[in-house]
Amino acid sequence: MILKKLLIPALVAGFGISAQAQLPSIGGGQIHGNFQIDAQYYNPDSAIGAPAVPEKALSNGWGALTYTNGHFSAGMRYESYQNVMQGFDPRFKGAGIPYRFFTYDNEKLEVTVGNSYDQFGSGLVFRSYEDRGLGFDNSIDGLRVRYSPYKGIYLKGIWGHQRSFFTYGAGIVRGFDGEVNLNELFAGKMDSCKTQFILGGSFVSKYQQDQDPLLVLPLNVGASAGRISIIRGRVNFSAEYAHKINDPTLANGYIYKDGSALLVSATYARKGLGISLAAKRIDNFGFRSERNATGNALLINYLPALTKQHTYMLAAYYPYATQPNGEVGWQAEVAYKVKKGTPLGGKYGMDVTFNYSAAWMPDTTNLNDLAGPRKGYTSSWTSISDSLFFQDINIEIFKKFSPKVKATFLYANIGYNKNVIEGKINYPIIRTHIAVVDVIWKVNSKFTLRSDLEHMYTKDDLGSWAAIIEEFTFGEHFFCAVTDQYNYGNKYGAQVHYLSVQGGYIRGTNRITLGYGKQRAGIFCVGGVCRFVPASNGFSLNITSSF
Amino acid sequence: MKRITSMLLLAMAFVTATAFQSGENLAKLPSVTIKTLDGKTISTADFKNDGKPIVISFWATWCAPCKKELNAIAEKYEDWQAETGVKVIAVSIDDARNAPKVKPYVESKAWEYEVYIDENQDFKRAMNVNNVPHTFVLNGNMEIVWQTNAYVEGGEEKLHEVIAKVAKGEKPE
Repeated sequence: MILKKLLIPALVAGFGISAQAQLPSIGGGQIHGNFQIDAQYYNPDSAIGAPAVPEKALSNGWGALTYTNGHFSAGMRYESYQNVMQGFDPRFKGAGIPYRFFTYDNEKLEVTVGNSYDQFGSGLVFRSYEDRGLGFDNSIDGLRVRYSPYKGIYLKGIWGHQRSFFTYGAGIVRGFDGEVNLNELFAGKMDSCKTQFILGGSFVSKYQQDQDPLLVLPLNVGASAGRISIIRGRVNFSAEYAHKINDPTLANGYIYKDGSALLVSATYARKGLGISLAAKRIDNFGFRSERNATGNALLINYLPALTKQHTYMLAAYYPYATQPNGEVGWQAEVAYKVKKGTPLGGKYGMDVTFNYSAAWMPDTTNLNDLAGPRKGYTSSWTSISDSLFFQDINIEIFKKFSPKVKATFLYANIGYNKNVIEGKINYPIIRTHIAVVDVIWKVNSKFTLRSDLEHMYTKDDLGSWAAIIEEFTFGEHFFCAVTDQYNYGNKYGAQVHYLSVQGGYIRGTNRITLGYGKQRAGIFCVGGVCRFVPASNGFSLNITSSF
Repeated sequence: MKRITSMLLLAMAFVTATAFQSGENLAKLPSVTIKTLDGKTISTADFKNDGKPIVISFWATWCAPCKKELNAIAEKYEDWQAETGVKVIAVSIDDARNAPKVKPYVESKAWEYEVYIDENQDFKRAMNVNNVPHTFVLNGNMEIVWQTNAYVEGGEEKLHEVIAKVAKGEKPE
């Protein structure tokens, strides 16, 4: 009751803000904040597998405030999941303040107590972050220090336990990271050096009690990483290697094998041309602050998926999720701008992006030693297995035809190992061909029409799909869209139309969208971390605001 | 615990309410560290444009409307600079998955912007960015005078109007 009485005026007040961003001062400092409310009303719909929801309507909400005054800042975030929306981890159920902090920052030294987000290198041994769309938050509650004694030397330390829904993980996480930018450090002597060198190293250790009746588990598990970046003009090269001592967990079947991870990337960039190459090898490198943690809870590190992050509905139908137990993957991308005035480029030029990525299972040999040393398996660095996890070959072309008409064309050929990625059995590798045509027509200064036509051909899984979005934008503030996704390739009787409408109002930093219709089940991913969203049918409301 | 929660909520409601009674105190740019495309660490407090307007646009390589907005501005950037002296700063929130692709993308599109990577999203949090695209306009005193959380086709024209007003020392909208 108290919550309602206080929160509603606070939220209403939040909406009274103009886009002018006029702000208060309390003792000379400033207050900033943001709100987000997502809600949905659920109709049961057996035809699409949308379950009956006992509460009928569910909502997730966030409100964050930060106070800054000179060297000092403090903030908190209130969250409410009453009850948790479909597709998010039900363990979020409840409400509270899972995030609050105080920071003192005097440029060289920054000290934070409370919750913090940070990352060492590319995150192979440590990354804490928040992603509301994923229902992901692994902030560290404890201490964080960032210290830069000289220009070019950056030291960081974190010490605490991790957020796990509205409680904390059982383990303690301690980490230290150092980075040296040689060119900044030896600014006088290296000014003539055209090549830049950045070196870094990290160590992260977690502690958790051993209460296992059978196994003798390591109480402290340490992971260390080293990295280098070399940058010379148009070329960037960077590499990070990480190693972890034996870390038996539920996710790896309680084996005592050491883990390793390698991430390498090289890029070349000049006006009109960008090339990037990346490769990685991950071997038994899941890292969580609680041995039995499941889902996306209590992850300490971040293993990025090296695949294109598709934004079109059907191209994102089969997204890749990183396999922490082991994978070998690579990616190549070439982005080229065809010049204006050439036969292909026409009046405005044309952008072409080619992307290829693949991930495979490493070449492993099972040791069958679970009754003995439990090392599990050995893996080879020089070969890979013939078990494909994921493959994507795609080309995207963007062309402006006139001041009023622009279009994007995409073709993608995606292969998807549903058994491994979704933990299913008896599926073949799903092979798909996807084509997208997305045309924007600016009818006049007030009215824009966007037509997005998509098709996915496949003989596997649920068969082929066709999809369309017609989106109308009126002026700067209103839009509405009609979407239909049609599973026409499914077996007779299951060929469902997923029809939905959406309308929105955007002004300054306030955004309100209202939707109604059917949503297909799907996998929603950011950066290789995914969540499954079940099918639904009903009204949805989303509000975001910031000041 | 319940009491603490209620008290914090009360405090939150109070500061929120107080927040909207004040007048002309414009938001200042927060000071956090971000990285250049060459891996150098810089502070957002060091952003400067000699008293002329600055546009800060948060984007990501996976965000289609963000790229549309920045590509649309890129076509007109030279004219805008000549007219208003504006500087555009594009802040990528890409993480380790896509951060290495930022520089090749930016170069392939021949953007003339200052581009930074906010890999740990410290700047995004400090600016209260819920989702991208989110674009801010700063006046010559480095105060936030206008912002928008969407890009619609032709939205760069509205942005141009705002910049032109700010450059003349007028209030947008």
